[in-house]
Amino acid sequence: MTTNVPVIDVHAEAHGSGSTHYLNCSKGFWSWAGTLDHKRIGLMYLIGTGVAFLAGGLFALLVRLHLWQPDGLLFKDNVQYNQIFTLHGAFMVFLFVIPAIPGSLGNMVLPLMLGAKDVALPRLNLLSFYLWVTGAVLAALAIILGGFDTGWTFYAPYSLYTDQAVVTIGLAVFVLGFSSIFTGLNFIVTVHKLRAPGLTWFRMPLFVWALYATSILQVLATPVLGITVLLVAFERLYHIGIFDPRLGGDPVLFEHFFWFYSHPAVYIMVLPAFGIISELVSVHSRKPLFGYKLIAFSSLAIAIISFLVWGHHMFTSGQSTYAMFAFSFLTFFVAIPTAIKEFSWVATVWKGSIALNAPMLYTLAFLIIFAIGGLTGVILGSLNVDIHLHDTYFVVAHFHYVMMGSIALAFFAGLHHWWPKMFGVMYDETMAKIACGLIFVGFNATFIPQFIMGSRGMPRRYATYVPEYQPYHMASTIGAMILGVGVAVMVFCFVASLFQRKKAMQNQWGGVTLDWLTPTPPPLENFAEAPTVTNEVYDYSTLDYKAMQTPVR
Amino acid sequence: MSHDGHHSVVIPAPGPEFVPHTVAHHFDTPVQEFQAAKLGFWLFLATEILLFGGLFAAYFYFHESYPETFRLGGRQLDWKLGALNTTVLLISSWTMAMGVRSAQTSQKQKTLMYCALTVLGAAIFMVVKFFEYKAKNEHGLIVFSELFHPYDGATGSIPWFKDYHGVMAGVPHGHLFFAIYLTMTAIHGLHVVIGAGLILWVMKGAAKGRFHAGYFLPVDLVGLYWHLVDLIWIFLFPLLYLVP
Repeated sequence: MTTNVPVIDVHAEAHGSGSTHYLNCSKGFWSWAGTLDHKRIGLMYLIGTGVAFLAGGLFALLVRLHLWQPDGLLFKDNVQYNQIFTLHGAFMVFLFVIPAIPGSLGNMVLPLMLGAKDVALPRLNLLSFYLWVTGAVLAALAIILGGFDTGWTFYAPYSLYTDQAVVTIGLAVFVLGFSSIFTGLNFIVTVHKLRAPGLTWFRMPLFVWALYATSILQVLATPVLGITVLLVAFERLYHIGIFDPRLGGDPVLFEHFFWFYSHPAVYIMVLPAFGIISELVSVHSRKPLFGYKLIAFSSLAIAIISFLVWGHHMFTSGQSTYAMFAFSFLTFFVAIPTAIKEFSWVATVWKGSIALNAPMLYTLAFLIIFAIGGLTGVILGSLNVDIHLHDTYFVVAHFHYVMMGSIALAFFAGLHHWWPKMFGVMYDETMAKIACGLIFVGFNATFIPQFIMGSRGMPRRYATYVPEYQPYHMASTIGAMILGVGVAVMVFCFVASLFQRKKAMQNQWGGVTLDWLTPTPPPLENFAEAPTVTNEVYDYSTLDYKAMQTPVR
Repeated sequence: MSHDGHHSVVIPAPGPEFVPHTVAHHFDTPVQEFQAAKLGFWLFLATEILLFGGLFAAYFYFHESYPETFRLGGRQLDWKLGALNTTVLLISSWTMAMGVRSAQTSQKQKTLMYCALTVLGAAIFMVVKFFEYKAKNEHGLIVFSELFHPYDGATGSIPWFKDYHGVMAGVPHGHLFFAIYLTMTAIHGLHVVIGAGLILWVMKGAAKGRFHAGYFLPVDLVGLYWHLVDLIWIFLFPLLYLVP
């Protein structure tokens, strides 16, 4: 079953065409703007979503600064506050968390892991990216047109009545939705049709499995969001009356439509993060994954269950009591495959040869933070407790533990992990570790106070609050500043590495999946010759230590 | 983006009036390319069905909430015109299928003819739809010139719903049926127009001889799209025109 021969000889390329790779094979604006190469598209996604993340983070810092004192510090009125936190939510969700991992790391790594030359539909891939750009431009346009203050959820009837640029941002979300759909569609086809010979389904790396499950959700859930925001736009333009109670409509119908997408969307966001963590715990512990098949199937299980739980966002919206029982009960089911993953990761690390480098530190931070984020989700899923906690900072803290603490940290972990692969350069490990420490401390300092004040009744979305909550808000704001400094150090560390050009190794971490068995950075068509897979996945007995000590050319 | 040193697979043309097809560089075989595109397109069709699914869900929800409104509203539609359009689309689906078949058997002229007939069907459908909308406009059930006028919360009247003959008097929210009718049929109509545009694009390629027994993928996919457009109408027709 296993052999000791690497699938691809990384040194073969060295004797051939020299150091031509995807970054330097062609030059000029159009060689990037019109590229069909998945790696270049992935890089453009990385830059785009990275900028969106920094903008969204800046909005968050402004919100936290405003909440420093009970009557507000920064904004002139409540509308401005509402606009800024809406911008934070909308940018982070639609422009960063949903597209970031599939768009950047997914695009970059998926075809490499499959031993393919590209994704199955390269032109559609470029279209996805330009739809993302169009969505971002529309979102910027909506800000210029006066902003939007509905929250990222666009709840009716407020989104129907407010005098702000809801139609424009609705259009942006519609376009971004199709960007996401086309990425998902592309990945499904790629996984089905472009696997290298010998790469059976159960030899696929778990990042591929996770992206596959994500893609199913993107294709099956996003169209419903598309029609929902379209209907909100139509409602504003010609008053259909579907969501507007004055015209016979039902705002709760909007919530059903919205969460039918947006709950699965939570797993569109988190499943790729799970995939990254699965790769990293294995590579940096140099141990085959514990429970490989269980992790693979739990991704699919989460994808399926996620379609059946949307009502848990609406326990206080007026649903039938029986529906609420069912939704609450089904919500607990999500915890089972999720816990299977968490325990499998911990079991993978156990007695491994653990390398405490920056990607692994982020991974360990993820394991801690995600345990808290997941368990507080179970608390919120229970019907009676949720009635008390609904629309409080407890909810805010919970989903930030998942979205920021888990997903963004997993993204950072993956970025550190594949950075040497993408650029052939190494970042400064010490600085990266300091950034990781700042982010971990800052993140917890921001959101633990929010758990506490939420459980004591501090409602979310308010621009002002009663003075009793001030100590928690001040602690949270200080935490956010530390978090902001941490992110700034991380970004600086990455950018500096591109100028310092400290060479990475051909196989920096000792990975044995196909992405590490092609030269670094990968040539335009990924592999010097089409690979054939003969090994089981994560079989470290095949690791070629020479590639770990050979710098890139 | 081809790369030097990598050979590409070429499907030869079956005759002088056709051109060969070069398989995209990242596929190993023509079959792989065909299957990948087809799988992707079926997934895309699934997203279309889900998009319309939201509209159908809204239809059923409000049909349940205001059955009288939907009963009276449906009577205002001309089922004969609806049936005519259904027939036109069904026939056009047949001509499209024949167009795909002709491409598969390398019959260039027949491909062009059947595609042209399909576009003709699309045109007839849109003309009939135009006269249906015109009638609604005349009866004040959908006043298109005032469609985007602002809603006056004080009077509670919707600018585009005048109901000159009072046909919807006495039922709650009479505009709702027509709003849903307009939204569903307009989005469907947009798909008809896009479909016709795609068929014209296929005809352009067919005229150049791009499609033959060895390569007919775009014809096949556009055909699938056209059948979906037809299929959605097959559900819209009874729900809007007949169920009431």
